[in-house]
Amino acid sequence: MSQTPETLLDPSRRRWLQGAGVAVTTVSAAPLMALADPEGAVADTLETLLQTHYRRMSRTEIQEVLHRIERRAEREHGVRIRCQDPPPVTGVRFGFAVNLSKCKGLRHCVTACRQENNVSMQGSGNVRVLAMPPGVRTLESGEVEYDAHTPMPPGSWFLPVQCQQCADPACVRACPVEATWREPDGIVVIDYDWCIGCRYCAAACPYWARRFNWQKPHLSAAHITPETSYLGNRPRPVGVMEKCTWCIQRTRQGRMPACQEACPSGARIFGDLLDPGGELRHILEHKTIFRLKEELHTDPQTWYFTDV
Amino acid sequence: MSDTRPVRSVILRFALRIWVVVLSFAVVQGGWAWHEQWRLGLVVTGMSDQLSWGLYIGQFVFLVGVAASAVVLVIPAYWLGIHACRSAVVIGEALSVTAVSMALMFVWVDLGQPLRVWHALPWLGTPNFPASIMAWDLLVLTAYLGVNVGLLIGHGRGHRKSAPLSRHRLFWFVVATLLGLSIHTVTAFLLAGLPARPMWNTGLLAPRFIASALVSGCAWLLVTGWILAKVGTWRMPEAAGRLLTGVMTGALVIYLFMGISEWFVLFYHPTAHGHGAGMLYLGWEGKSGLTLWMIGSVGVQGMAAMVLVVRPWRRRPGVVLGMAMLLFVALFVEKGVGLIVPGLQPTPLGEWVAYRPTVVELRIAAAIWAGGLLLFTGLLRLLCHPVPREPECGSASTDGRCAPPRGPE
Repeated sequence: MSQTPETLLDPSRRRWLQGAGVAVTTVSAAPLMALADPEGAVADTLETLLQTHYRRMSRTEIQEVLHRIERRAEREHGVRIRCQDPPPVTGVRFGFAVNLSKCKGLRHCVTACRQENNVSMQGSGNVRVLAMPPGVRTLESGEVEYDAHTPMPPGSWFLPVQCQQCADPACVRACPVEATWREPDGIVVIDYDWCIGCRYCAAACPYWARRFNWQKPHLSAAHITPETSYLGNRPRPVGVMEKCTWCIQRTRQGRMPACQEACPSGARIFGDLLDPGGELRHILEHKTIFRLKEELHTDPQTWYFTDV
Repeated sequence: MSDTRPVRSVILRFALRIWVVVLSFAVVQGGWAWHEQWRLGLVVTGMSDQLSWGLYIGQFVFLVGVAASAVVLVIPAYWLGIHACRSAVVIGEALSVTAVSMALMFVWVDLGQPLRVWHALPWLGTPNFPASIMAWDLLVLTAYLGVNVGLLIGHGRGHRKSAPLSRHRLFWFVVATLLGLSIHTVTAFLLAGLPARPMWNTGLLAPRFIASALVSGCAWLLVTGWILAKVGTWRMPEAAGRLLTGVMTGALVIYLFMGISEWFVLFYHPTAHGHGAGMLYLGWEGKSGLTLWMIGSVGVQGMAAMVLVVRPWRRRPGVVLGMAMLLFVALFVEKGVGLIVPGLQPTPLGEWVAYRPTVVELRIAAAIWAGGLLLFTGLLRLLCHPVPREPECGSASTDGRCAPPRGPE
């Protein structure tokens, strides 16, 4: 990858790792495996175990990994998926804005996100909508389990929260193994094959935006979204973190995030902050905005505003 | 071996065997529980997205404290020249090795992907230096373990040869002391460095950790000394015992003072900072099942402080021993159970979730404790030589083990 820091690409280290991986696999496992492992499940597991960090891999290595992910999905979830790795588009930096006047708390975003991102049926999901009492903006006072069909007290309002894609993210700083980082287009991603599952990032996030796979994801083959990406919505392994990636598998290919598309009232605005004529820039220049917990200096890239 | 050992009743040997068998059984059953956790994922624990750390990390923090405080004997023994303490140092070091091993095990069983630990290794993996405090913590813990194992081996040898302390070894003692302080400081920074969690986000956390660690570490050493004396394998030099009692008392008073300062800030004008603490101590809105435990813990600490500051009482071994046991339990509850859960509650989005460790979690924790006690027992058996053949411990001796107490007080 062109943007990869040089420290991570140290070729000698990579060659050593590759060598070690190949050696271990061939010498100890390969002859036995041909007999005992006709589907290649054990070989895939071993290779995943020895796989190096995403940012240390060459394009060809990534291609192999992507095929392995596709094979695993077919084996484990009985579904054919396509896993890609779209690179960030140069000169694009994504941002998000939410028009609070328009949000009616219908939570279509919540459902659409789960569907698009292959979130486990047992998972908490990456988008939360808080029902806020009148006159209050403390996040802790929000109610998650509200009933959308019961009328709320007058003055109540809804506050959708997901990963704020901070420019100086506390989670990235916390991770002991660099398994999470901010991509050049502004999206904070996780290498699900590198995360060790210590959950320090979950403790560090001030927006409660990170989720853990407490068990092997339960996905129904009929409802899996088959178009996936390495850093995005591919089925996750057990024991690793996941988070909102602004639907990186879509947005890097010019589409909108699922939550944005699903919102019936058009409260969600997603776009390129570097595009001078874009809607986001218009909002930042003409609306009174606020961001959540700005005092923590994580520089969130999600803005909230109202029409009035 | 047996001829140098003082003649002891068969019962003691038998008791030791039972002890080892029971502990081994606890380890094995825990291995089985861990297999369940490995097979099904951490879903078998009581943790959740809302409460992503629990018993394991609480125990980790507590044990790092115990490990850190074990060096408390090193300073007087080698820097202040209180020779009588030297023979006790070996116990402190055995305790360090034990507690650090247990602490590392508790982190390891908490991992979602335990086979990927190598990702944290330098060169092979990608440790997030210097940004991640977790990466720092793993580094200093491993280093502390390594240095103490080395010292323990050296100590075993030096003990036998009655060799004077070389400059070389003194250097490593200094390193161990500094690392001892840093493991607990860094562990506190791990939590204090999170503005997302207001209850932990306080500069007092690290000093409080060190103070409470000194209390629980000294308590453990005093209890160990008492058991060893009962069993007859080894007698804690009087000066070392007095020193440990003194440090325990002083640290406890300082710890309580820092606690009072924290509680003042938390409760005088409660802010977001006070949510978790309120739940912890007062059970706000009935949100915690820990309230009674916490109040009990603070009560015990206060009572122990009042007893121990009275010098005649502090001189009575029975009193000291009782207080040490109570304090160890009280701090175990406060730090090992009470610190993590309220720090994560409520979530930054205001959700409260009850936490109750599951049977699997308790079994794994019990196994790690049992494994630690086994290791500790083994180390003591290896390193603590029986009471020497010289009849009187008090006559001059070259290696300093039996030198008359020259401690302060």
